[in-house]
Amino acid sequence: MVLELQKPRPIWQIMFSTHHTDVGLMYLLTSLTFFFMGGALALGIRAELFYPGSQIIADSMTFNRMFTVHGTTLIFLFLLPFASAVGNYFIPIMVRYKDMAYPKLNAIAFWMIPPAAALVWLGFADFTWYATPPYSIISAPGPAADMWIFGLKILGVSSVLGAINFIVTILKCKHPDMSMGQVPLLAWSFLTSSLIVLVAIPTFAAALLMLLTDRLGVSGFFNPAMGGDPIAYQHLFWFTFHPEVYVLVIPAIGMMYEIIPRFSRKPIFSHSSGIFAFVLLSMVSFSSWAHHMYATGMSFTEKTVFMIGTLAAVPASAMHVFNFIATMWNGRIKFATPMMWAVGGIALFFSAGAGGVVNAAMPLDFQTHDSYWVVGHFHLFVMGTIAFGSIGFLYYMFPYITGRMYNERMGQVHFVMSFIGTVMVFFTQHVLGLYGMPRRVYDYPPIPEWITMNQIATVGAMIIGTSMVIFLINMIYSSGKGKIADTDDPFNLGGKYYWPYEAKNPHH
Amino acid sequence: MGHHSNWPEWIYIGVVIALMVWVGSEAWNAERLVEHIPADAEVIKVTGQQWFWTFEHEDGTKEIGELHVKVGKAYKFEITSKDVDHAFNIHDYVVLLDAVPGRINTVWFAPKEVGEHAIQCREYCGLIHYNMRGTLYIEEADKKS
Ligand code: HEM
Ligand SMILES: [Cu+2]
Ligand SMILES: [Cu+2]
Repeated sequence: MVLELQKPRPIWQIMFSTHHTDVGLMYLLTSLTFFFMGGALALGIRAELFYPGSQIIADSMTFNRMFTVHGTTLIFLFLLPFASAVGNYFIPIMVRYKDMAYPKLNAIAFWMIPPAAALVWLGFADFTWYATPPYSIISAPGPAADMWIFGLKILGVSSVLGAINFIVTILKCKHPDMSMGQVPLLAWSFLTSSLIVLVAIPTFAAALLMLLTDRLGVSGFFNPAMGGDPIAYQHLFWFTFHPEVYVLVIPAIGMMYEIIPRFSRKPIFSHSSGIFAFVLLSMVSFSSWAHHMYATGMSFTEKTVFMIGTLAAVPASAMHVFNFIATMWNGRIKFATPMMWAVGGIALFFSAGAGGVVNAAMPLDFQTHDSYWVVGHFHLFVMGTIAFGSIGFLYYMFPYITGRMYNERMGQVHFVMSFIGTVMVFFTQHVLGLYGMPRRVYDYPPIPEWITMNQIATVGAMIIGTSMVIFLINMIYSSGKGKIADTDDPFNLGGKYYWPYEAKNPHH
Repeated sequence: MGHHSNWPEWIYIGVVIALMVWVGSEAWNAERLVEHIPADAEVIKVTGQQWFWTFEHEDGTKEIGELHVKVGKAYKFEITSKDVDHAFNIHDYVVLLDAVPGRINTVWFAPKEVGEHAIQCREYCGLIHYNMRGTLYIEEADKKS
């Protein structure tokens, strides 16, 4: 029993513990809660767009607030905390240390999330997840915007604290017998993504403060009416958030590196090329931020530089895909639920990357930018790749955490429905973008093609939504009533492919 | 960890890099051509504001929500905004550029055929962003306006 949750303990003991598996569990439950809350907003958005005109949402202001909070929630309150959950459970075990390097700091980083989440949800701002000025200064209504700014500020600090903890745990607390080359790829993924966080986040933290003082009217950094430059904000924002998308995707790839070899019953094709690709990605992630800004009126030279910087990230991403395929090649693959999610995620990762190359090629970006194409593009990453990897990993962790097995059949139905739904929603959104439908719209003109595509997307979203209910039932039911798992080899992989990590960290 | 040879991976990476170089240079070349504004292009000043578009022709005539142009001419849009960011978009002609207060962004196009096309805003700008629409009318060259 490695990640035990078996001995019944009062809930407050788990909540106020600093033990890495307890903090991990808190992260996990928080993240799943917000996954369902944010997902519910998405279903509302899709229902509204099922047909032109007003369907279920009374006015565009509510709609705008919904997609703003949807995006903010799923990025910052689902994906990031989910990665922290996995990191908390696994990193100390993988580097054979008794806990995270700074257990109290770890708990503090977690406990910053609930107040930040409350600010975001109670405020319910409308200025999209990137709060672009001058809209966010002169137009965004009321305390909602300020609450969002403070919420994000707190989340940024929490991320930085978490990143420091992971870096120190891996570099300093690693067992002396273990070389860096032997550190598992999942841990490498946390090391590299944490380094990105340290370099990237401060820029946005500064931009948020500047935005706040601009809103208060005491400065005019981004306010053209006071001589400021709104484009400067976009540079600061994307300098943080392009790298941040890799902060999200890198741990998910790390999780796939745990699942793929185990369920292929083969060692990873190349451990060193995995490490190399992580390190490379973390560096080139900083060379492409302004590919989000081609349409702001950048010069030809600027656009060229950022196109090259963007394309430079592609080979590193492609190396991971190669590594996965080469690992599965000739393997004795067992398509249990975690493996299905991982393989599905890799397929979607590949499609997403191909779409990204189209965005990066500057004349083509003027077709896709700020259209539904972009929504499709990044959802193939955030949903298709990262959420898929994460959900697969959750199934994988499940027996180790609860000591019980989830229902395999329900897990597979969950996957198949989600995969079909994801293709229906996000591939169609690419097409919608090519038809010219702008993103972030409450309503659209009744053009027959647009209606058809939107309806396919909405039905796809409902399929995903239904599959998530199955998922929820499976998790809740099985954690109490599931078959007792053989925690030495819950997936029946045999031989040397079961739980490979020796450290067991009992509660202190 | 196996000590197998890695040559398939190197070939694969080589192919990916070659592909990226190809995409990049094609894109670079295309964008260079697209951005070359003809010297005789007529200027149209485009102003976005919550939530409509205003157009001002060289002769001083103004239009709101509608834009009339002629086949066979080249037009240069000088785009700006009065309040928040917008994005001026004629999707059928792949005209897309942000309208940013305090800045003038330029893009050009040459209408090819008589017809009507949608003008829309493609940058979130608040309440009525979804309906910040207009129509482009492309007319015969000889027709008097
Ligand atoms: C092969 C790698 C990738 C390439 C070449 C690429 C390229 C691009 C480009 C050029 C854009 C700007 C599109 C536009 O607004 O017109 C974009 C948008 C975006 N990408 Fe990617 N991308 C890649 C990987 C990723 C990954 C891994 C993620 C997330 C984990 C991601 C998330 C996003 C997001 C969130 C946006 C849109 C943000 C917004 O406008 O709200 N991308 N991508
Ligand atoms: Cu980016
Ligand atoms: Cu708009």
